[in-house]
Amino acid sequence: MLARLFKSEPVYLFFRSPAAMLAAIVAILVLGGAIFAPLLASTDPYDLSSFSLMDGLLPPLWEGGNPRFLLGTDDQGRDMISAILYGARLSLTIGLMAMAVASVLGVGLGLAAGYFGGRFDAIVMRIADIQLALPAILTALLIDGISRGVLPPAIHQDLRVAVLTLAIALSLWVNFARTARASVFVERNKDYVQAAMIMGQHPVRVMLRHILPNIMGPLLVIMTVDLASAILLEATLSFLGIGLPADSPSLGTLIRIGMQFLLSGEWWILWVPTLFLVALVVSINVLGDFLRDVFNPRLR
Amino acid sequence: MAFFILKRLIQSIFVMIAVAFLAFSLFRFVGDPVSQMTGVETSAEDSARLREELGLNDAFIVQFGRFTRNMLQGDFGYSYRTRQPVADMIASRIPATLELGTVALLISLLVGIPTGIFTALRPRGFVTQSILLTTLVGVSIPTFVIGIMLIFLFGVQLGWLPTFGRGGTVQIGGWTSSLFTFDGWRALILPALTLGVYQLTLTMRLVRAEMMEVLRSDFIRFATARGIPYRSLYFRHALANTMVPVITIIGLQFGGVIAFSIVTESVFQWPGMGLLFLESIRFVDIPVMGVYLVVIAFFFVLVNMIVDLLYVAIDPRLRVREDG
Repeated sequence: MLARLFKSEPVYLFFRSPAAMLAAIVAILVLGGAIFAPLLASTDPYDLSSFSLMDGLLPPLWEGGNPRFLLGTDDQGRDMISAILYGARLSLTIGLMAMAVASVLGVGLGLAAGYFGGRFDAIVMRIADIQLALPAILTALLIDGISRGVLPPAIHQDLRVAVLTLAIALSLWVNFARTARASVFVERNKDYVQAAMIMGQHPVRVMLRHILPNIMGPLLVIMTVDLASAILLEATLSFLGIGLPADSPSLGTLIRIGMQFLLSGEWWILWVPTLFLVALVVSINVLGDFLRDVFNPRLR
Repeated sequence: MAFFILKRLIQSIFVMIAVAFLAFSLFRFVGDPVSQMTGVETSAEDSARLREELGLNDAFIVQFGRFTRNMLQGDFGYSYRTRQPVADMIASRIPATLELGTVALLISLLVGIPTGIFTALRPRGFVTQSILLTTLVGVSIPTFVIGIMLIFLFGVQLGWLPTFGRGGTVQIGGWTSSLFTFDGWRALILPALTLGVYQLTLTMRLVRAEMMEVLRSDFIRFATARGIPYRSLYFRHALANTMVPVITIIGLQFGGVIAFSIVTESVFQWPGMGLLFLESIRFVDIPVMGVYLVVIAFFFVLVNMIVDLLYVAIDPRLRVREDG
């Protein structure tokens, strides 16, 4: 099984593309840092007792800082490395969950729309068209705004992460639905699908067992690209002060906090999380581009 | 042709009704309008009277009809937060956003289309590869980070350009413009660049993809074989055939510009509609949110109509099909 994987074309191409390999290394490092943040971080940014105001505003080590804080500290004395690791943890959690919700919702609706066609297809695609005309960030802002009005403030505070995830997911599902539907239209008339249908298999089984595995390629590309979009959306919303509050900082919130130090010379508070976010998103996008080229032989 | 326009017009009206319905549902069902407008010391009778006066006890469809009629007459209700008419609040913000968006869109097109053509004609050159790498990084950098970088470089380090506000403005009729003062232009540069860069990368990538697609097609191959000069081949035959998708993207980009102007306006404290929308979300100022939606939808519909009409003007095949 493993040997077959290593002889497969994507893997072969992967090891011939320095950009893709570099991007994968960066992405894996960030992911690892996020997963093992509690072990790696010297302080817990959520735990007020683990850091002290006395350590506030220390510059990074090479500018004469304290060896305990390699990349310096913020005004509260939080270690910047700990802050970005925990921030990445939160950003990646929201990004991955939003992507998962969006892909299940989008692929499900797209499969069904392509398979059944007719009125169901028309309704789903109309909704998709309208949403496609509205940029994702507007949709997400709107959903967040509505949730503020509907939920009482106390509950809303507790559900911040869930609301944010849902808002992002609901603004990204369209890509999945359209791709899945278009692929189903191609696959539906092929012999293997026709055979499965004639055998009298249940539509759900035909869709999930037969069609879905054969359209995974393009979906995988969208998943990668949308993961990057989801992370960017979360960062943007948090930066605007609409997403997560300052006491549970994601990367976007950290950048918003850092903005206050733009003029005062403590550059690391702003640029450390910013560069970290950009590196993460760039590497995910490079991987997405690589996958797109792999699954589109004409461009090779 | 007339039938086509009429069909599009009817579709647009339906879209606007749908959006108005959404805005109305926001107003009516997200939070209680009466409790928003009254304070703690308002008596129950006063609340009930206000409810009756606002017509909130009428049938749903009657309320929606009244809401739509008021909107058509330019009465958009009152803000919960400032108690001012929403129409005035939005109207005073429209010029700032439109000027910012237009300049950003122009940057995106004037730079994006030529570089797109260039990179399509020389797909393997060193310059092309570096441009493509730059755009990939450009797409991955969020708008607000680009804004911060520009502020840091040109505002803080070099001190060349202002980093917030619109600078000097001029009143022309009811329109507050910053395009007629030197100061205003200086203030416009950084926000417009921030907003334009992302759109620019999209334009470039799309023009490139379309151009390469067309260059592969049979008719270009035949034209090459016939010995048509390259200049005419590229800029007459190939470019003309990429125009339809390019115009589509301009239409879509308009939406992007409006949406991302929310972010840009927030970074640069640009007093446009986006900033107003953000404030209204933060304070759950539902009437302003709803009206913002309706106004944005109106712009969208308008631009899409124009785009559709341009298709017919550009692509003769569409004309035949519609008439036949």
